Amino acid sequence: MDYEPSDVTVVDRKDEITSRIPRPAEAPAPASPPQQSSETPASGLEQMHATRHIRLEDLHAYYGSNHAVKGVNLSFEPGKVTAIIGPSGCGKSTMVRCVNRMHEEIPGARSQGRVLLDDVDLHGPGVDVVAVRRFVGMVFQKANPFPTMSIFDNVAAGLRFTGTPRDEITDRVNAALEAAGLWDEVEGRLSEPGMSLSGGQQQRLCIARALAVEPAVLLMDEPCSALDPVATLKIEELIGQLKQRVTIAVVTHNMQQAGRVADTTAFMLSGELVEVGPTEKMFTNPDDERTEQYVTGKFG
Amino acid sequence: MEASRSAQALLGGGGNMRRRHAINRAVEVSCWTAALLAVAVLAIVLVSIALKGAGEINLDFLTQNTSSFGVGGIGNALVGTGILIGLAALMAIPVGILIAIYTSEFAGRRSGFVIRYVLDILNGVPTIITGIFVFALLVVGHQQSGWAGAVGLAIVMLPLVARSCHEVLTLVPGHVKEAGLALGASRWRTTLSVTVPTALSGMITGALLAVARAVGETAPLLLVTSIYPDLLVTDPSQPLPNVTVTIFRYSETPDPVKHAQAWGAAFILILFVLALSIVARSLSARMRRRLGAAR
Repeated sequence: MDYEPSDVTVVDRKDEITSRIPRPAEAPAPASPPQQSSETPASGLEQMHATRHIRLEDLHAYYGSNHAVKGVNLSFEPGKVTAIIGPSGCGKSTMVRCVNRMHEEIPGARSQGRVLLDDVDLHGPGVDVVAVRRFVGMVFQKANPFPTMSIFDNVAAGLRFTGTPRDEITDRVNAALEAAGLWDEVEGRLSEPGMSLSGGQQQRLCIARALAVEPAVLLMDEPCSALDPVATLKIEELIGQLKQRVTIAVVTHNMQQAGRVADTTAFMLSGELVEVGPTEKMFTNPDDERTEQYVTGKFG
Repeated sequence: MEASRSAQALLGGGGNMRRRHAINRAVEVSCWTAALLAVAVLAIVLVSIALKGAGEINLDFLTQNTSSFGVGGIGNALVGTGILIGLAALMAIPVGILIAIYTSEFAGRRSGFVIRYVLDILNGVPTIITGIFVFALLVVGHQQSGWAGAVGLAIVMLPLVARSCHEVLTLVPGHVKEAGLALGASRWRTTLSVTVPTALSGMITGALLAVARAVGETAPLLLVTSIYPDLLVTDPSQPLPNVTVTIFRYSETPDPVKHAQAWGAAFILILFVLALSIVARSLSARMRRRLGAAR
């Protein structure tokens, strides 16, 4: 971690999004941060440093006429894990899916408001949705490796989508598997199908796949809800290790999990953000009565 | 009161229970009989064709040209059918797959429904109508040709390919497609790199079954590629000899030798169709296993 995030990198990565404005139809650009990957292709991931800030401003999301997220203002700080808790159907998944614009993939779904990556509105005109997803990675509730691909190809998939030079791919796949804590378990059998791994390993494979393209932000939508306690623990440890490298937001309906992994916790109810604060305070001395009722198990 | 009755009286089953058992048994037996009937029909067809046709199969039969009199073979008809099916497959399979990708991945709910409905209607069009249509379109004013036959077969295959590929593409779980999109792949890239490979063996199954169906079609060929010489013809701009029309022709003659050869040709045809179906089945089983793991 001898890498100092400089203003130069900040400007460059932002430009990479906005520079797509005049030519949104072009093929995906070559590898991510040019100066990082060209100087040290093998260790780009290790040198990554969470510097990006996500800020939701008055975010509304709809499914047809159903108003699922109602004017949320919330920040995901770099170097910290933000947990979003709340009962099922409160809009927490919908909210994070607005950040990487996966929400708009659903027919009839739309959103309003701003999602700022530093000071660029990801929903702004001319911002390319493909570029947004390169900067904001996502891990889903259900581990979803590509069924036809090997372990290696799963992690390489995102790099290939973005046209990473062939000779860089192996190093970056290995680095991503290492970062996802999976390397020791899969070394020597990278050509086996991704589906041959256990559930917890598959989820870490999906984390490796998301990390391989070196995103600035990682959204995790209930990443452990389909896993057993041991696999869950591994993912939680991993979140703790990764938070220095990438800005992380975790959606969870498991309050204990939020308590274990998050620095900041946000509580949502019926599409509204009820309260956000340091995790410790949220669980011991929340300001809002509804938060207290939820964290003490009175409902949800 | 229930409590006052003995357990024996409650559980032993009275007259009502006996009646329900009898109905259950009757329904079970009739379903079983109907299923058996279907299997029996197939078995009878296969066995009778094998009995009457298998004896005809020898090298000469497979390599000699068709003939109007005396002993010949079906060599040129096999070649012609191969060319017809090959050309039809080249026309129908790519277009059918593109239609399936459109209806399953890109079309809105309404346009997808309309296109699938149209394909179902096309699938239901009697093949003699398809034959007349192609005859009117490509043969009237020109001449019979292999191209016209291939177009007829392609029309038969198209809805089968498109519908079966649509079904298997929609079997690919949404969360797998989402993973591609969330990685920064565009929709077409996700379709090409993730969805289609996942469904590929199922799509091949669909294509093979369409080939198996088309290879046995006679009606679309009867009007457009049936007046052919008893020679090897490989130019599709000429009428191509083919197996199904040969079977029809041979069975119309008064010559018992030709009748036997029609059985022989039928045997070859049905063996080919059976082999294709078995390959198609095993491929689709493979895809289901793979998807089962992905669910």
